[in-house]
Amino acid sequence: MNDSHYCPHTPQEISEMLSVIGVASVEELFSPIPAELRAKTFNIPPGLSEFETFDRMKSIAAESSGDMLAFVGGGYYDHIIPAAIDHLSGRAEFYTAYTPYQPECSQGTLQALFEYQTAICRLTGMAVSNASLYDGGTACAEAAMMALRVTGRNKIIIDGCVNPFSRQVLKTYLYNLDVEVVEIAPLDGLLNRDELAGLLDESVAAVLVQNPNFFGCVDEFSALSQQIHAVQALLIASVYPISLGLLKSPGEMGVDITVGDGQSLGNPLSFGGPSFGFIAAQKAYIRNMPGRIIGETVDKQGRRGFVLTLQAREQHIKRHKATSNICSNQGLCALRGLIFLSSVGRQGLVDLARLNRDKAEYAKARLVEIPGVTVLQSAATFNEFTIFLPKPADGVVKELLKKDILAGVPLGQYYQCSENCLVVTVTEKRSKKEIDRLVRELEVAICN
Amino acid sequence: MQLIYEKSVAGRRGVKLPLSDVPAAAALPEKLLRKASAALPEVSELDLVRHFTNLSRRNYSLDTNFYPLGSCTMKYNAKVLENAAVLFAPFHPMTALLPGGVEFCQGNLGMLYDLGQMLADITGMDEVTTQPLAGAQGEMTGILLISAYHRAKGNKKKYVVVPDSSHGTNPASAAIAGYEIITVPTAPYGDMDIELFKKAMTDEVAAVMMTCPNTLGLFNPHIKEISDIAHSHDALMYYDGANLNAIMGKVKPGDVGFDVIHVNLHKTFATPHGGGGPGSGPVGVKKALIPFLPQPRIVMDDDGKFLLEDQKSVSIGRTANFFGNFAVMARAYAYIIMLGREGLIQVSEQAVLNANYIKERLKAYYDLPYDMICMHECVFSASKQLEHGVHAIDIAKYLIDKGYHPPTVYFPLIVKEAIMIEPTETESKATMDAFIEVMIEAAIAAETNPQLLRDAPVTTPVGRLDETKAAREQNVCCIG
Repeated sequence: MNDSHYCPHTPQEISEMLSVIGVASVEELFSPIPAELRAKTFNIPPGLSEFETFDRMKSIAAESSGDMLAFVGGGYYDHIIPAAIDHLSGRAEFYTAYTPYQPECSQGTLQALFEYQTAICRLTGMAVSNASLYDGGTACAEAAMMALRVTGRNKIIIDGCVNPFSRQVLKTYLYNLDVEVVEIAPLDGLLNRDELAGLLDESVAAVLVQNPNFFGCVDEFSALSQQIHAVQALLIASVYPISLGLLKSPGEMGVDITVGDGQSLGNPLSFGGPSFGFIAAQKAYIRNMPGRIIGETVDKQGRRGFVLTLQAREQHIKRHKATSNICSNQGLCALRGLIFLSSVGRQGLVDLARLNRDKAEYAKARLVEIPGVTVLQSAATFNEFTIFLPKPADGVVKELLKKDILAGVPLGQYYQCSENCLVVTVTEKRSKKEIDRLVRELEVAICN
Repeated sequence: MQLIYEKSVAGRRGVKLPLSDVPAAAALPEKLLRKASAALPEVSELDLVRHFTNLSRRNYSLDTNFYPLGSCTMKYNAKVLENAAVLFAPFHPMTALLPGGVEFCQGNLGMLYDLGQMLADITGMDEVTTQPLAGAQGEMTGILLISAYHRAKGNKKKYVVVPDSSHGTNPASAAIAGYEIITVPTAPYGDMDIELFKKAMTDEVAAVMMTCPNTLGLFNPHIKEISDIAHSHDALMYYDGANLNAIMGKVKPGDVGFDVIHVNLHKTFATPHGGGGPGSGPVGVKKALIPFLPQPRIVMDDDGKFLLEDQKSVSIGRTANFFGNFAVMARAYAYIIMLGREGLIQVSEQAVLNANYIKERLKAYYDLPYDMICMHECVFSASKQLEHGVHAIDIAKYLIDKGYHPPTVYFPLIVKEAIMIEPTETESKATMDAFIEVMIEAAIAAETNPQLLRDAPVTTPVGRLDETKAAREQNVCCIG
């Protein structure tokens, strides 16, 4: 009966164990399940060897195209991943451990997550960070719910320039709650500040913005945060961590809660996951934060150590009164994020951000040389920008897919009257030669 | 050990970046720029590697230590699953969302579709969404689906019923999804008290959330009766799949009246726990709930081609930015096809065998509040040891000194001084015998030398830590 090396018992051992238990067969152990409830069918195919399994997985991977030239973002970015990350996060002591409930034998995970929280705080200019959330979208949702708790109000205003997927996730989280969500349509790829001013009053819990936003535009929210604070509401900003090598940090703009997706920090694209979400805030809001938080302390001998702290906020203690239902987060992906930021380092992140912008600006300059192509000029951009094509972007993108190029994200399905708009992303991984190829192929597709 | 920030030396770098092959761009306007660069670590690659390698050595993990953490199913994570997951690293998820993009993602979408089909078979459901990112998010998704169902029928529902033995995530998820919670106590026979349950049930109940086997490791023989009562009030039955490892091929939640289920791929389907994630929490539903599933939904057309269907009208929306934790699902998929039908049945059989073996061997030494055949885990109480001033936490810390990760302690909340042991099917008899001996030693020490337990652990880099100080001072990041 025993053909699986993942179930190690020999028949002899099984019969010894059964006699200790005092039953005649393994089947007898399932006697608490009433006979009439037992499964009548079970149609999983017969098992495969390890070799055959890997072979099958290789053929599945081969049925998709993994070597496309990526000029798309949409929240996920094709960045370099230093080699050390796979090796270090691939240490079984990290990846086969679980949530560090027993701190004495989990100091590796706990110290790493404390260092992660520190990195996120320093990057965003915030005072406190948790130990990670699921992804960028759920981080937006958790931040909104945090603002509802902090203010006791029930209205959230979302800038329509925020990633449309994140906006959908946020609305799903609030689906069955008595919360009003108001979306402001973008104006020239930026927050419509006049419309926001008209909506801001003391019923508003928070305003959610994104920087750079879905159009690629870089904004500055210092004045906005003052306006929002004037009605005692909170400003939530979703940010792209690589851009913070150059761009003004949320802390410098008076943001109250900062969130984002950590995929760009050392996590592979992997068809959309796993990555991690980050959330960081001003110190006053720490007790309203969701999820795990690691804190520094000492043992009886005064040695420094780290523990899960403020657990009275969490579901395993507070049950239905918890600040969030989150239990498992994205610990290993957050560890990868920390190793990424430590590897690239202080000046490295500045250089990396600059490299992204240089490449994008080169691509932008080349693309507008194509007859009929113009660029959205309302704001400066980082490594993504919006261009207007002389024909619908959908067809052009389809043509370039045939050439193994992901030419950009057409905006038509996300915004009204933007069928000709394309958001192009250029990371440090794209060479001049590859950018030139994009320009050439786009020109061909546009002229045909 | 020093923090990596304390090892920083200004100007050091850990990786060589690509050189620029394009002209430098004009500077951004001053008002958009940060004043000073973020004070990230500045270390060489070797410093970096030593730091994290040495940190990793301060962890107990499944690959280094027996890890019988009840309710977490810490089974061995086969190495081939890691190799399989890496194959999918280069795929950009936006590809599938571009016009015409699905053509280029047939393998990936097909794998998600097939995984959904296999999970539907294992759980007895009609369709599975793979979008939820972890178990708790699966619960929230499931309860939102139930709310959408009631909304569509015009039902006015206010409450979700949970037994007091439930995981904390159950009431937390239901509360986040907008419901008030009714908690039903556990009866002396180890399951939700059926009479009190009947009293709690009204037409205002939206759902009943159950774990079966429950957190005491017991299969509820009244489960069909409970679901019939729930359905008579048009309340739906939610199955917390945290304990699915006990029943694969033996009983299907869908067959016993459950309408919605989440599955923890990082438990039953052997994907690594990662020091607290990533997990993955696919949700299965019965037919009536399919229209409300998160979008985009992966469907197969008549030619066997996989498409993304995005009908926003009645769907609850989206629970993740893309298609869920894809690389976690690749591991789970590889696990299921490798073990196959017989292998999965064997998993459940031996998980149950192992838990009962430990239960029988330890019950002379530890109080067993519910003394009956258990499923994949067993729950003791340290009440006998408490008479000598020894708590469950002291036994846990003693186990650390002996090289074992402790079982789950103080959960479920309904058992005083609970010690919840889940060995899983992948542990050998020899490993369990050695663990049992140490548990017996601890029980004897509780009587003869309780201070030994109260002082533990002494072999770890730090001893018991001052949690009150941590909560009071709230040092959660190192000021740079």
